[in-house]
Amino acid sequence: MSAVLPALQNLDPELRSGIIECIEHWKDQEGNLIMILHEIQNRHGFVPREASLLLSGETGVPLARIYEVLTFYHYFRLVAQGKHNITVCNGTACYLKGAGRLLAELESRLGIKDNQTTEDRLIHLETVRCVGCCGLSPVVVVDKKTVGKVFPTDMAGIIEGIRNREEKEEDEE
Amino acid sequence: MIIPTVHATINGMKVEVPAGTSILDAARRVQINIPTLCKHRDLLPTAACGLCIVKVGGSRKLPRACATALEEGMDITTHDADLTEVRRTTIELILSNHPNACLTCGRNGSCELQTLAGEFGIRQDCIPRYVRDLPQDCTTGSIVMDFTKCIKCGRCVQVCQEMQNVWALSFLERGINTRMAPAGDIQLNESPCVRCGQCSAHCPTGAIIENDETGAVWEALQDPGKHCTVQVAPSVRVALGEAFGYPPGTDLTGKIYTALRRLGFKAVFDTTFSADLTIVEEASEFVQRFAHGKGEIPLITSCCPAWVDYMEKRFSDFIPNFSTAKSPQQMLGVLAKTYFAEKAGLDPATIYQVSIMPCTAKKWELERTDEMRASGHPDVDIALTTRELARMIKQSGVAFDDLPDGKADSILGTYSGAGLIFGSTGGVMEAALRTAFFQVTGKNLEKEAINIRPIRGLAGIREGTLDIEGTEVRVAVAHGLGNVEKLLLKVRRARENGDPPPYHFIEVMACPGGCIGGGGQPYGVTDEIRLQRIKGLFDGDQSMELRFSHENPEIKQVYSDFLDKPLSEKAHRLLHAHYVSRPAYQR
Ligand code: SF4
Ligand code: SF4
Ligand code: FES
Repeated sequence: MSAVLPALQNLDPELRSGIIECIEHWKDQEGNLIMILHEIQNRHGFVPREASLLLSGETGVPLARIYEVLTFYHYFRLVAQGKHNITVCNGTACYLKGAGRLLAELESRLGIKDNQTTEDRLIHLETVRCVGCCGLSPVVVVDKKTVGKVFPTDMAGIIEGIRNREEKEEDEE
Repeated sequence: MIIPTVHATINGMKVEVPAGTSILDAARRVQINIPTLCKHRDLLPTAACGLCIVKVGGSRKLPRACATALEEGMDITTHDADLTEVRRTTIELILSNHPNACLTCGRNGSCELQTLAGEFGIRQDCIPRYVRDLPQDCTTGSIVMDFTKCIKCGRCVQVCQEMQNVWALSFLERGINTRMAPAGDIQLNESPCVRCGQCSAHCPTGAIIENDETGAVWEALQDPGKHCTVQVAPSVRVALGEAFGYPPGTDLTGKIYTALRRLGFKAVFDTTFSADLTIVEEASEFVQRFAHGKGEIPLITSCCPAWVDYMEKRFSDFIPNFSTAKSPQQMLGVLAKTYFAEKAGLDPATIYQVSIMPCTAKKWELERTDEMRASGHPDVDIALTTRELARMIKQSGVAFDDLPDGKADSILGTYSGAGLIFGSTGGVMEAALRTAFFQVTGKNLEKEAINIRPIRGLAGIREGTLDIEGTEVRVAVAHGLGNVEKLLLKVRRARENGDPPPYHFIEVMACPGGCIGGGGQPYGVTDEIRLQRIKGLFDGDQSMELRFSHENPEIKQVYSDFLDKPLSEKAHRLLHAHYVSRPAYQR
């Protein structure tokens, strides 16, 4: 019953109908907020703010509550992922073998911090607790491919590799 | 329903309390204070801080007294060397995540954490400090949030979500990363926050404080080119004393006038005078709508800026129901810079008008719409809270206790008892009904009938009726924004079904207790204190000769000299305002 939220004025119609569909589907079920958020993330790779605003308006669940849920679970993402992903393992073994230095090197080369994406949306950087390859520590995961026993000096090459592959793809197109 | 009684011992003393009473409250009955940091008497326990732990019989567990009910036969120990040691460690742990910034903190001297650290004799940092780096949020202009000082007690979130139903604040993330913020790291002025300041009144530390603007006022007072004038709101006079050791509810009007003159204000006005003016305009508006069918019913009061903001964001379909009469703060401001300026032969551009308010949202009201500059200048230049005034008086070296009683200026300073109760929940309604009755019947309510008791008190929603010459006027009063939705939904339902409105007149104040419980009042408010402050206002009303706004001689004079009559063209231009629908989130 109040003014239209600025963020919703130019909402992509496809996004809107997708969300309305999710809400309709889960409407009468217990715990539906989480299910709806799951589905939104599955469709988009993250939960856009517009989606949460719309969800709040449609269901009457305050936006503050939605964000409490979104930020409580590490699973949910609030920003679009980059096209490529570099994950630094920060589990105990990797931590002891210098994961911190790997992260610092990546951060300075990419000009972003942990859990951020480069401005061109090409590379997303994140850390996780343990990827389960402690024998190979320290480990980074590049687009689902695990690279073990790496040194800070290897980081430049990893970034370079991603950029080269990307350029090649563009040429082929 | 009979609630069974529970018998137990606390520190060897026998206690008998109704089942369900917390150990904390039971201990208070035998004069024992268990230390608390997260629990507030207005709120449900969150059991976050762990300071209120106690021993029960031989058990090794240490339950939290705030969140544990006393049970039959329990043998409680609240204080011994072990418990003191555990509590001290808990405080040390909290301090290790808290900046060591007491000397420059807005709560220096009134902080609950600082007090406990003092009482427990903590003399050094035992645990290495880790304070998360988070930026301050000063975007509302009303309150300042510095979450590095947050101890995560959860009071503000409970206040904002449950007590006020605003949901501007939330608990984001979890564990050590938990923090209070509006949904999704936007600024507070982009959120649904209505600047009520209740979070600041409940926060135990300096994490949320009022935006202190005393510096600007000192500067203006020093400026020879400025003619500084001031107005003081009804509810300030029965609460300011708490900052100087007076019992809550002590009416200190006379001392406050003197103090303001000593601070250097050249004219001292009283917002209680303009409360009478708001009443006359608003009651006239009510009679227009109720008796002459001109405009929507119910009429809804609009003197509380936090409520106005809330309505504009959440219930803008009620805009036609809102009284267009400005709040007393704004009415006084515009008269000071027009009528008073003319009479005193002053250039309104040189007048610097300060208001002393119980409220943080009043700071925002000054710029709410262009209509707040109806005089051609900002009608009020700056709004200070009661807490800020207390600080100014203390800085000034004025010995407040010893001050003689002073008087307000003789124009814009005289008030009725009806204006006085404006500061309490239900008071605006009561005052308006007294005047509306007169406007319809030409007679005043008499003796006991002047007191409209069903709408007094602290129940969240109160209803009443008044018989005006055979026609029944149905009214409702709500305070604490969390109580409003129910009332408005009832009205909306009737409207949608084409039924007659359930009420003709509704009063809403955003803060529990009304202005006397405002977000800018002295700290430590509980319902007990709210009732004492309210009593201060109603006792004042009862003891006055003048109990009707429309009989205030200065009000009559302002109309005959300047405004013509209630709702005149000029009154509309200077004393009325409009509302717009606003988005709850800016992004
Ligand atoms: S900001 Fe204050 S009231 Fe809110 S959780 Fe932190 S310490 Fe408690
Ligand atoms: S000022 Fe009122 S509305 Fe704003 S955050 Fe604090 S409690 Fe919520
Ligand atoms: S007062 Fe009981 S846990 Fe904080």
